[in-house]
Amino acid sequence: MNARLAVWVVNGLLIGLGAVSLFPLLWMVSVSFMPPGAASSLPVPILPRTLTLENYRTLFGNLGMGRYVVNSLLIAVLATIISVSFNVMAGYAFAKLRFAGREAIFKTLLGALVIPGQVAMLPLFLMLKPLGLINSYGGAVVPTMASVFGIFLVRQFARGIPDDLIEAARIDGASELRIFTTIIVPVLRPVVATLAIFAFLGAWNDFMWPLIVLTDDSLHTLPVALAGLSREHVQDNEMMMAGSVVTVLPVLLLFLALQRQYMEGLMAGSVKG
Amino acid sequence: MNTRKQSIAAWVLAGPALTVIAIFFAIPVVAGLALSLTDFDLYALADLSTLRFVGLNNYLQLLQTPLFWQALGNTLYFVVVGVPLSIGLSLGAALLLNARVSKWQAFFRTALFAPVVTTVVAVAVIWRYLLHTRYGLINEALQGIGISPVNWLGDPHWSMPAIILFAAWKNFGYNMVILLAALQAVPREVYESARVDGAGPLRQFVDMTIPMLMPTLVMVGIMTITGYFQLFAEPYVMTQGGPLRSTLSVLYFMYEEGFRWWNLGNASAVAFLLFVLMFAVSWLLLRFDRDPEGAS
Repeated sequence: MNARLAVWVVNGLLIGLGAVSLFPLLWMVSVSFMPPGAASSLPVPILPRTLTLENYRTLFGNLGMGRYVVNSLLIAVLATIISVSFNVMAGYAFAKLRFAGREAIFKTLLGALVIPGQVAMLPLFLMLKPLGLINSYGGAVVPTMASVFGIFLVRQFARGIPDDLIEAARIDGASELRIFTTIIVPVLRPVVATLAIFAFLGAWNDFMWPLIVLTDDSLHTLPVALAGLSREHVQDNEMMMAGSVVTVLPVLLLFLALQRQYMEGLMAGSVKG
Repeated sequence: MNTRKQSIAAWVLAGPALTVIAIFFAIPVVAGLALSLTDFDLYALADLSTLRFVGLNNYLQLLQTPLFWQALGNTLYFVVVGVPLSIGLSLGAALLLNARVSKWQAFFRTALFAPVVTTVVAVAVIWRYLLHTRYGLINEALQGIGISPVNWLGDPHWSMPAIILFAAWKNFGYNMVILLAALQAVPREVYESARVDGAGPLRQFVDMTIPMLMPTLVMVGIMTITGYFQLFAEPYVMTQGGPLRSTLSVLYFMYEEGFRWWNLGNASAVAFLLFVLMFAVSWLLLRFDRDPEGAS
């Protein structure tokens, strides 16, 4: 009896929590297909009575949503490619190559993790100004091009590569760079996927830095554009939900597709504490 | 010879990342500290020769600015209430998922985690609508159980609780996954033997689960606290810091000082004060972890 009650309580609570977690997201999708104004009625409708794509049409047709999607994609892809390359290269060097100051530099990097990025934001803005990087994709990407977390993740993974493998290649006369590209990179492929999804999600979801550095409307990323739209269109709930769908759906789908890699990165990152 | 080649290769490979971190992080951090000791403002932005060194003046001035204290108070409110609520939810969900009788674990883990990967701005827009006084579903649900509508984002007493609820919803999945992994690392036999010894579920939880989770809880606590101290996008989208500045966070204050009024010297001092505060709290928690009784 007691055991059966436990089954009901545990699973009932899980269903409740699951509903609370998913409902806002499902409702966002539902409202995004309602005609303008339909959601501002009582009782509040859960499902659209008539399905319409009008909100999406307004967003992409009149409000330049397509432009923001392209901006977000470009910045996120650029940030991903550059940061994954730099972090993989550095992570391998810190794991497997001997050089003066290796441990000291790595310890300094880990120590720097306690400093929040916002401390660097104001001077970075002033530094990028004379370089012409304010109001450019470059300015948005620059601070994401390498990360201590990424280097740490690759280093952890690369330490598992047997030294004999690298030594054998050296004896065969392979150059260090050749060893890296032909032996190391293929072995590191799983961690590359993990790094890539973190970098992409991080850049896509980022708000404060793009808000500061991209002042020109035509360069806005989706979150920056959405925040602006939500201030101007306070009453247009249906359209704002459509805007949220456009912003959230890509990252949700990416997460679902690469969930295993994402969780591995999360766990590895949490060990650092 | 071999080591020389290795060393060169290492610098070539690590060089780009280290250069990026040095130029776009290390130098700005040091420059930020210097900036916080100057009166850098709109005039200095146009003409650097007007820049003056003011020592700790910005810091002293800030400590006499009521709005800064209000922002600090709001942020502490968010941290002190929000962090335990979020971690409590995370722990509860992790325990449920780890329960032997729970079904569809993989599905629920993904479902509860989904809000974590979403874009803060976008889900804040959704929640602003959910919290709408008249057409919000949260008030409608409350009315269903006889509670009169709450002006969530328009009443200075409810604005911060509303943002805390939102943040807990958005973030609890992250720590849940970490705590779940820690729970799963505890061998079932440990509980088995405790049960044989006659320990009830509550005793097991207090005497065994909590102590075993303690290192993870402290780590998760530090990560969450430092994350929550950086509150910005939520009030920016949901309340614009209002009503009556009740959701103005320290970071929001810094943003307005720096990028609205262009008092960059002052804003830099705000950033460093926030950093010092975050660091101090993390340090205290770590000490608490090493020395749980607070004695000796």
